[in-house]
Amino acid sequence: MGDHHGPATGVTRWLFTTNHKDIGTMYLWFSFAMFLLGGFFAMVIRAELFQPGMQLVEPAFFNQMTTLHGLIMVFGAIMPSFVGLANWLIPMMIGAPDMALPRMNNWSFWILPPAFLMLASTLFMEGGAPAFGWTFYAPLSTTYAAPSVTFFIFAIHILGVSSIMGSINIIATVMNMRAPGMTYMKMPLFVWTWLITAFLLVAVMPVLAGAVTMMLMDVHFGTSFFSAAGGGDPVLFQHIFWFFGHPEVYIIILPAFGVVSQIIPAFSRKPLFGYASMVYATASIAFLSFIVWAHHMYTVGMPVAGELFFMYATMLIAVPTGVKVFNWITTMWRGALSFETPMLFCIGFLVLFTLGGFTGLMLSIAPADFQYHDTYFVVAHFHYVMVAGAVFSMTAAVYFWLPKWCGRMYNESMGKAHFWISFIGFNITFFPQHFVGLAGMPRRIPDYALQFADFNMMSSIGAFIYGASQLLFLYNVIATIVAGKRVSDEKVWDGAEGLEWTVATPAPYHTFEEPPLVPKPAGTI
Amino acid sequence: MTNLRLNRAPAVDTALKLVLVAVAMFAFVFVVMVPLYNVLCDVLGINGKTAGQAYKAVPVAVDESREVTVQFVAIKNDGMPWEFSPGVRTVRVHPGASNGVVFHAQNPTDSDMVAQAIPSISPNRAAAYFHKTECFCFDQQPLASRADAEMALQFIVDQGLPQDIHTITLSYTLFDVTSKLSEGLATR
Repeated sequence: MGDHHGPATGVTRWLFTTNHKDIGTMYLWFSFAMFLLGGFFAMVIRAELFQPGMQLVEPAFFNQMTTLHGLIMVFGAIMPSFVGLANWLIPMMIGAPDMALPRMNNWSFWILPPAFLMLASTLFMEGGAPAFGWTFYAPLSTTYAAPSVTFFIFAIHILGVSSIMGSINIIATVMNMRAPGMTYMKMPLFVWTWLITAFLLVAVMPVLAGAVTMMLMDVHFGTSFFSAAGGGDPVLFQHIFWFFGHPEVYIIILPAFGVVSQIIPAFSRKPLFGYASMVYATASIAFLSFIVWAHHMYTVGMPVAGELFFMYATMLIAVPTGVKVFNWITTMWRGALSFETPMLFCIGFLVLFTLGGFTGLMLSIAPADFQYHDTYFVVAHFHYVMVAGAVFSMTAAVYFWLPKWCGRMYNESMGKAHFWISFIGFNITFFPQHFVGLAGMPRRIPDYALQFADFNMMSSIGAFIYGASQLLFLYNVIATIVAGKRVSDEKVWDGAEGLEWTVATPAPYHTFEEPPLVPKPAGTI
Repeated sequence: MTNLRLNRAPAVDTALKLVLVAVAMFAFVFVVMVPLYNVLCDVLGINGKTAGQAYKAVPVAVDESREVTVQFVAIKNDGMPWEFSPGVRTVRVHPGASNGVVFHAQNPTDSDMVAQAIPSISPNRAAAYFHKTECFCFDQQPLASRADAEMALQFIVDQGLPQDIHTITLSYTLFDVTSKLSEGLATR
């Protein structure tokens, strides 16, 4: 067996592979499948909310849909998609031959599908799927949960283990496998943001595991962690959940920041502005994410001093985030801009994520939050940062690196159509939700007061448009892989910089078996 | 695959350290976060939690110049079949004075049951200034089928109660803990 053997053939190639590119590909396809499944659940939600009154589904089933939509999008679609991207790109960006622990890499992917199979199977169980929202607050998720909650708990355990193994692998790779000369401050920003994200994951996924373990014990073993009758406290659940949950939102968005920091310089044909400040801003956001969790629970009855602390700490996050936004804009300033699909998605990200950040600032104001809490305003806010933030940047990443991965160029007109339909559909869906939220429409309710009817109908129409545009994306990606126009330049994009653009196109099965030279000075990616 | 792999030892070393971090964080939830939460609630009196044990009364002067209204609320948790109500809804007390009230409970079912009352004080800030020298909530309350009971509460409102608090509401929620006991598992 020589060094330059290709992939094995047949299904065993995928089952037993330890190749970072194969595993990255599997992660990306799996997460896209989950994205479509979670998106289908969202369509059920929007169809029910198309008109006031009960239309299509029972309230209990509606609650199962909101719960599974959230869980699958967060844990099944967004997180694994960025892990897939990390698998493909980090070794190529730092000049490593593969991930540091390839067999563990195989495991961290292959335990994911069973976890989500288990989660989805709860839909067919007696009592139905989990219906307590993706935040699974006790006692809804303990005393009042359907029996399927046990399957939910184990699914969370398994995907937590998968995430932790994936992160350990990423940290071990970045810390030990960089090519000579690739110092920390020369690493591409995508690698930096993922390194910090991986540390966040190792720190907080065990906390989530602890929370669901306590639920398991309360449900089956007679403990009372979250039951006041036995001396526990349901509010404790919220503290533990959000101690995980707030870093989790940065786990989702930091890799997105990394992607945008790679793509905007490429299409501005300028180095990233303020590389070092980007690194420090990322680290500051990661640190702050640990001390702001209770801003999700202002209404539980905290002392005023507590509310003030969490309010100011939360507002502080706007500073490093603002640094990033200004750096991206300054990167574009007087650049030789061109607007290919990846760049369009990045600019869409920049505009809409900033809007989502502003509504986040509004929500951080403790006295005002009592009005916004658990309304559609919150729904609008987090979809602006999760969808227009994480999903848009992920889409940009696929368009940006797909030609490098498969040696074929996607259809640019179809890509641009995908962007504009997504952008418009997304805004029709979520912009009106700000208004109904401020007017008091609560989230997670299958029916609503008549005055919200028009805006909800708009939202639903927008959601169908946005959902349909993803099928265009799927078609474009498949058409590219099967029959796209071939490209063979190492640098697919003339402005792209970085080691991944120095290998052949399409990227060979094994890259950097010999460490590359790292010529670029800091700041040029 | 030989020179595809660089020296793996440092990477394995890093990975093992990170596994330790993950395990430590898992343990952190149980051995730090949960006790810390309970201690903080106890010490700061936040969350309306009152002390779980009897307060040792220290003889102090009664502040005759001030009167505080104490309201009593009795709530039955979901599915709890007992009758449960305070003897009086409201009392006016002087800070420093010891006061006694009773709560009525009756078990209308055909089976013997055990209940646990969980107190909560509103406003939360008042919790640290509300001392119970005797309370039925310190223990579980067994009641035979069709039996009833008067359950006693002795309390002192601390003189240190902030001046802007004029009314304290003490609410008890009664939980059915019969099944927890029959499972033979101690409650925490």
